[in-house]
Order: sequence, then C-alpha cells, then structure tokens
Amino acid sequence: MIESHSLPTSYVTQPGAIKTSSGKTLRTDEMIINMGPQHPSTHGVLRLEIVVDGEIIVDVIPHIGYLHRCFEKHCEHMTNYQQVIPYVDRLDYCASMNNDLAFVLAAERMLKIEVPPRVEYIRVIMAELNRIASHLIAIGTYGIDAGAFTPFLYCFTDREKILDLFEMTCGARLLYNYMWIGGLSHDLPPTFVEQAKEFCTYFKPRIKAFNDLLTYNEIFVKRTAHVGVLPKDVAINYASSGPMLRGSGVNWDLRRDDPYSYYDRFEWEVQVGKGEVGTVGDSWDRHIVRMREMEQSVKIVEQALASIPEGNVQAAIPKRIRPDAGAEAYVRTESPRGELGFYLISDGSASPYRIKARSPAFVNLSVLPEISRGAMIADLVLIAGSVDIVLGEVDR
Amino acid sequence: MTPQEILETLSSNFGDAILESKLDVLQPWIRIASHRTKEICFFLRDEDLLTFDYMSCLSGVDYNDGKLGVVYHLASMIHKHKIVLKTHCTKDSPHVQSVAEVWGTANWHEREAYDMYGIVFDGHPDLRRMLLPYDWEGHPLRKDYKVPEFYNGMKVPY
Repeated sequence: MIESHSLPTSYVTQPGAIKTSSGKTLRTDEMIINMGPQHPSTHGVLRLEIVVDGEIIVDVIPHIGYLHRCFEKHCEHMTNYQQVIPYVDRLDYCASMNNDLAFVLAAERMLKIEVPPRVEYIRVIMAELNRIASHLIAIGTYGIDAGAFTPFLYCFTDREKILDLFEMTCGARLLYNYMWIGGLSHDLPPTFVEQAKEFCTYFKPRIKAFNDLLTYNEIFVKRTAHVGVLPKDVAINYASSGPMLRGSGVNWDLRRDDPYSYYDRFEWEVQVGKGEVGTVGDSWDRHIVRMREMEQSVKIVEQALASIPEGNVQAAIPKRIRPDAGAEAYVRTESPRGELGFYLISDGSASPYRIKARSPAFVNLSVLPEISRGAMIADLVLIAGSVDIVLGEVDR
Repeated sequence: MTPQEILETLSSNFGDAILESKLDVLQPWIRIASHRTKEICFFLRDEDLLTFDYMSCLSGVDYNDGKLGVVYHLASMIHKHKIVLKTHCTKDSPHVQSVAEVWGTANWHEREAYDMYGIVFDGHPDLRRMLLPYDWEGHPLRKDYKVPEFYNGMKVPY
C-alpha cells in the first residue's frame, strides 16, 4: 500500500505520460472538485476547492463566510457590553461557556473588576465541563468521518448528561448566557455539586470505553495514522492552537502558560501528541490529545468541586458599563479548540468601539492547505475532521 | 524581556521607524511605520532574545479620524513575553506592508482586515475577501460605512 503522506507534491503526472495498452495517450490534467458547502464531512457550511491529480491532492483552497453573521458589526453598533454575551455564545456553539469566559475576562480586565472566588471556581467548572462536551462532539463526529457511527451515539449520550447539568444551572442547554461581567447569572442549584461529582465518577471509565471502541480500533488507526501530518514549526508559524498545536508535540497550553481565572490552583498535565501509532502531528495524535484532555478536565472539575467556597456570585459593578476612553485589552484563553482571544477597544461609551474575536477554528483552518497537499482525496475528510472546526466560529 | 527592553532594542535597530509607544498601559504597545512592518517583524521573529514566534492576532481598526490601523498581538513561546505592535495608515491611501511571509497565520488575518476595513497589504500573496461575498461593495467595519439598500438588485431588509 502506498502511504499517501509520503507522496511528494511532484507526484503529479505529466500530461501524456500515461499510455493505454493500445498505445493511446490518456489526458491527465488536473481537475478541480468542490467539496461542500453542503457536504456532511465539512461539519457545517465550508467549501473546499480541491485541485486533484488523479486521487492526489495538489492544493486545497478553503472558501469560508457562508455563515458570516456580522458579529463584530453587531457588537460595535447595536449592543452594550452585557448584550454582547449572547452573541459571543453563538460563535462556537459547541463551547458557549468557554466563549463567555473569554469575553467577560476581557471586559473585566478593561474595567479592572475582581470577581469573588466562588465565581472563579464555578467558571472553571463550567468551562471544563463544556470542554468535555465539546470534545465529545469532536470525537463523535470524527468517528463518523472515519465510518464509525456507534461512538457518536455513545458520545452524545454522555454529552446529554453534561447538558443536563448546565440546564439545571441556567436553564439553557446550548447557548447559556451564564457568565456575566462581574459574575454569573445564577448561583449553582443545591444539588449541582453532588450531581457533578456523580458525573465525574461515571465518566472516567467511559473514556476507556471510547478508547477501546474508537481510538485503538484497527481501522481507525489505519485511516488516521500518518495522515495530515502537521510539523511543529509549521504549527507555530501558522499560530495553530489547542489540540492542533499540542498534537504536533508542542507543550503549550494557555491555562498553564498564560494563566487566567483560577487555573493555576489546580493540578493537571498538558497532553501532547507523541506519534504513538504514526508520525508526530498526524490526525491520530490530534484525536488522542482530545481524549486525554477530557481526563485532565475531569481532574480539574473534581478538584474544583471539592474545594468550591461559599459566597456571592456577583461582584459590585457599575450599572452601566463604560470602560475608560482609549482602554484596550486583548485577553486570550484556552477554549476547546485553542486560543480564543478577544480584543476590545473602548471609546468611553456603553458599546465596544472595536471588538475582534480571534477564533481558534479560523486560524487552525488556515493551515489545512499546508497539511493536505500530497494526501489522498479520501483522506481529506479525515484531515479536515481532525482540525475540529466549528463554522460558527470560523465565519463569525 | 520587559516591554522597555523590547522598545530599546527596536529603537536602536530601527530608530526612525519607531514612531510612538506607550508602556504604562494594561498592554504596552509600540507604533511602527507602516512601510517597514515586514523587516521589523522579521527582526522580532528571528532575533534570539526576542523570538516572537507566535502571532496571536492581527486586527484592523478604524480610529474615525481619517486613519486606519493594524494591531499585531505578538507572543513568544520560548521567552513567554508579549508585545503589541500598531501601525497607522490613512483612509485615502490605506497601504501597509504585509507580514504574511513572517507568520503564515497573518495571511488569513490580513485578508480579513482587507475585507472589513479595505486596508491593502502590500506584498500579500493572495489578497481577496475573506468572509464577505467576492462581489460585495465597501468595507463594513469602517465607521463611515453605509448599509447598502440593494445587494445584486435584491432589496436588503433592514
């Protein structure tokens, strides 16, 4: 079998190089194929213009923007700071809590607000639970990309349990609007801590089940190992982040290296890809990093649940939020997909003068052409799936 | 390195291209000349003591006084220091040197800034619109942008 990753781009055959048995010359031009915008494995509305030579990918040109909702325009013209939070929810709709966290941290940094310890603890718990929920979607749908349907159902069963926890806290199951500037919309319900602990106990053995079912499955390994290798230096040059960067063997996690909230109070380890079944930085490595990150997230949630203090869930904040004119802040956090940053500029009015969302999926997607060249066309589905894009965040 | 040291290193190497700086704010920034961003960024990336290998973010800004700006948030994974670079250009001639050669990630960020603000990045390999349709007119995040009434002959409900 030809290992597709080892084929150089120069594999492109010259026109007229192939002859049939009767001596006729075959036309071997490059062909352009569109994948998407309505293709099941693009995980949304993404169009990939693929230049192929036979089955070998010569180039991939992503066309994005089908889901553009003018997030920045809305925020700068029609909202005040608190009203931005529901919009932020809708960026990465698989991990709304993490989006909220990034935005409120940026706003609080500008306003110099300190929030009570209980708030910080609850924020960490919610962000980590949402990270698990988001990774479960990523892993489940990645299984579908590789042709395994069952893990998807298992993943969604477990994700439901996390969504139940969110629902009992803030009433919403997908778009929470839970973290507010200076605090939270609601305190935890009385039974939350107990139920969350139950979930952690239940979930830990499930990770092993997923690994047995999908990660170390012979077919899955064959499809993903050596496929879409992202070298370390390219990953850094393209500012990839999250599992994409760590899968390439870079030991970098903003929760540890640029700590925010209370992440420096918990013990956990950054997971990196080691190329156990293939090359460092291949699709399988990105997958295994997500699996192992879920274990670490459970660890953080358990520690936070054990030591969560009593107290208020709203800091004293001004009724109308107006940061000083000229104040600006760029705050970056580790969302499930990588570095999610918000750059805010204030002009002293109630709405942000400039808001820019640095979304991890947008940046991670930009490296896709680099890692797809020379791969087989059937592998593109696996490569694009391993980037784990959420188009709501790519297009904003 | 502290922002002060970074500023001194830059000033001693690029004297007149360093136009302005503010170090006593939340996130210290340095403003550089828009026609020399590329060489300064190469220097920031490759100099051993600086090694800004990671460009977090590139944002376009409309300052609403006839000037557009580009803001670069740089970080070093090795030294773990950060700096903010800024550069200005006028609305009439919005030209800034592209840094897509320095950091691959700048490619898409610059396309987005071009899309939203109309900033032309000189030397960019493929400066097309990023998020809006290719036939869109105008640059919506400019503060003087007027929402169009028609798009391709269709009335835009507003």
